[in-house]
Amino acid sequence: MATLIKNKRIAPDSWQLLSPAVDGGLSELPQSGDWIVPLTLWQAKRAAHGGRIGVLLENTDDPRVLAEDFDKLALIAVRFPKFTDGRGYSIARLLRRMGWQGELRAVGDVLRDQLFYMTRCGFDAFALRDDQDPQVALSAFGDFTAPYQAAVDDGARLGSARAPSKPAASALSPW
Amino acid sequence: MYRYDEIDQRIVAERVEQFRDQTQRFLAGTLGEDDFKPLRLQNGLYIQKHAPMLRVAVPYGLLSSAQVRMFGHIARKYDRGYGHFSTRQNIQFNWPKLAQVPDILADLATVEMHAVQTSGNCIRNITADHLAGISPDELVNPLVWCEVLRQWSTFHPEFAFLPRKFKIAVSGSEADRAAIQVHDIGLQATRNTQGEVGFKVYVGGGLGRTPIVGQVIREFLPWQHLITYLEAVIRVYNRYGRRDNLYKARIKILVKERGLAAYREEVEAEWAQLVDGAGTLTKDIVDDIASRFTQPAYRRLPKEDSELKTFLSAERAFARWHGRNVHAHKVPGYAAVTLSLKRPGVPPGDVTADQLDAIAALADKYSFGELRVTHEQNLVLPDVEQRQLLALWREAKALGLATPNLGLLTNIIACPGGDFCSLANAVSIPVALAISERFENLDYVHDIGELDLNISGCMNSCGHHHVGHIGILGVDKNGEEWYQISIGGQQGNHASIGKVIGPSFARAEVPDVIEKLIEYYLEHRDSAEERFIDVAERLGIEPFKKHVYGDTHQKQAHRARQLATA
Ligand code: SF4
Repeated sequence: MATLIKNKRIAPDSWQLLSPAVDGGLSELPQSGDWIVPLTLWQAKRAAHGGRIGVLLENTDDPRVLAEDFDKLALIAVRFPKFTDGRGYSIARLLRRMGWQGELRAVGDVLRDQLFYMTRCGFDAFALRDDQDPQVALSAFGDFTAPYQAAVDDGARLGSARAPSKPAASALSPW
Repeated sequence: MYRYDEIDQRIVAERVEQFRDQTQRFLAGTLGEDDFKPLRLQNGLYIQKHAPMLRVAVPYGLLSSAQVRMFGHIARKYDRGYGHFSTRQNIQFNWPKLAQVPDILADLATVEMHAVQTSGNCIRNITADHLAGISPDELVNPLVWCEVLRQWSTFHPEFAFLPRKFKIAVSGSEADRAAIQVHDIGLQATRNTQGEVGFKVYVGGGLGRTPIVGQVIREFLPWQHLITYLEAVIRVYNRYGRRDNLYKARIKILVKERGLAAYREEVEAEWAQLVDGAGTLTKDIVDDIASRFTQPAYRRLPKEDSELKTFLSAERAFARWHGRNVHAHKVPGYAAVTLSLKRPGVPPGDVTADQLDAIAALADKYSFGELRVTHEQNLVLPDVEQRQLLALWREAKALGLATPNLGLLTNIIACPGGDFCSLANAVSIPVALAISERFENLDYVHDIGELDLNISGCMNSCGHHHVGHIGILGVDKNGEEWYQISIGGQQGNHASIGKVIGPSFARAEVPDVIEKLIEYYLEHRDSAEERFIDVAERLGIEPFKKHVYGDTHQKQAHRARQLATA
């Protein structure tokens, strides 16, 4: 079982990932418990469920299809098939921009050295790849203390976090 | 020079520690080879044929003498006494040891340098032209905008794992010297009718296997929206760019497959969500970044130096160098000077530790301690008083840095090629050396006039062969090195991709072929003013082809007839 890091801590995980049915068709939504289900299943059977539901997005999915469903979901997960496939970063930013405030979980090839970037794009939970040492992973959040550019984690603008400028007398003119 | 403030310095310091930790985990075996590879690449570290190669960033080509001395120090302490300036305005060291790379980075950080994003599928070093900020024809100073983009793209959290590398270039003038049309994004500073500053945005240019000239995606982008707009362009690319085939992964392929209009529509829709939001630039932000650039304390000088005129008529060799390697400056009485790193017997762009020290001393003495790297693999002293040119020329000549060949055939651009690069099909440097040897006679080279000759060791095109007036590409034929030759390529506002003249040649034949092309050109130019590229454009490749292959084809046909009748 992958270790879960949530809000920069190792956390217990009540969620189970529902795999597609063995025959390749749609499974039924379980009646109780916390389940992360594939997008297609959610779209087909969204009504009937007693427990909490999360949806798993592949990085080829368009997150906008969930726009109307936010109030029915307790979690959105985005799968990284390979950590070098960066589509999930943009999906996370889009989800946060659309107003998703619940748990946003990275699953799949999730490694220590990408956690800092993932956090800045809006992920707050990470199901680490099995071989990852969770203690080592926790140190990732401190990789950098003063990013340059605005992202999801702060509204700072380029340059605004900086010391007041010196007089610009000898400066090059950008104008 | 841009001077780091506390935040810039902290970011590079944290980078050194991050990379030290990653390297240690790799060496200890807790970070696997596949997981480490993209990390080291984003820090400019390749595993080459013989050893790792470390590519150090020179943001937009700007250097201080202290930084150049540091290169000398690194070359001596961690390498074999030399470095190599690349066509991407970076410097590469070919022999460092992996375990020592964190120490090299720590040394670099003491002079405000790093190796961040010099490789990998991320936004690479932002480039400008080598006369940025000093040329008389500029509308705005592109250096400030390059720095804005450097900060924005450094450790950009969303764009570290794009489908492929991503290169952005900025031109501050209408005459494009930064090759912006062969970049993933090219930005051309411009003004609208109200006189406001903005950028004309090109997208989808690039060399490599499928060379494409960029297209204009936006005629005028007000400067405030520079970052939000680029975020929209790159976000669309990050989501939909192809990841199934390395050779189809650049943005140029996506733009080509979707069509410019469709791509533009998607970008505009995404941008509509971002415009005026976080990331919008304000005058304060831009002025603040501009204020961290130091400006040389120029003296008030007459526009033309009278002594210089006398020297120019007295010393022919000096005049020749002045004609080729000295460039106009926007400040009266000053000039920019190219120190050539191309001379017979030395691989293009290579420079020894002692030369680096000497070059730093020249910069201190003649150019306010500042230098530039050019994409033609030379160095520029940007702020030289005209009255000092003769003295500088004498010193540079003694150091072997005054070859007066800028813009001429022997100013060859060549990638490291098969001698160093594991991707190569063929060597490039020995070919460059053989050609410069063949064209040793300076008078002849000057008579031939302006000619860009570029060599790449494989389709990745690091030597920009597509945009050479003559381009040479190493190809692999049954495990042997062969060379394909093209003509008619050029960079700048009229960027075009060269056309291959025919079947490839063995290495030993290449200098002969070049000679034939030149021969044909010299016979057919209408005056000394008509350059090789002009003749190639006017006549097309056919007559050149005939001239080069004519003999061999006849010979082959002859031989075939002989065999048939035997
Ligand atoms: S063009 Fe090819 S051979 Fe030359 S440096 Fe680039 S990858 Fe290596």
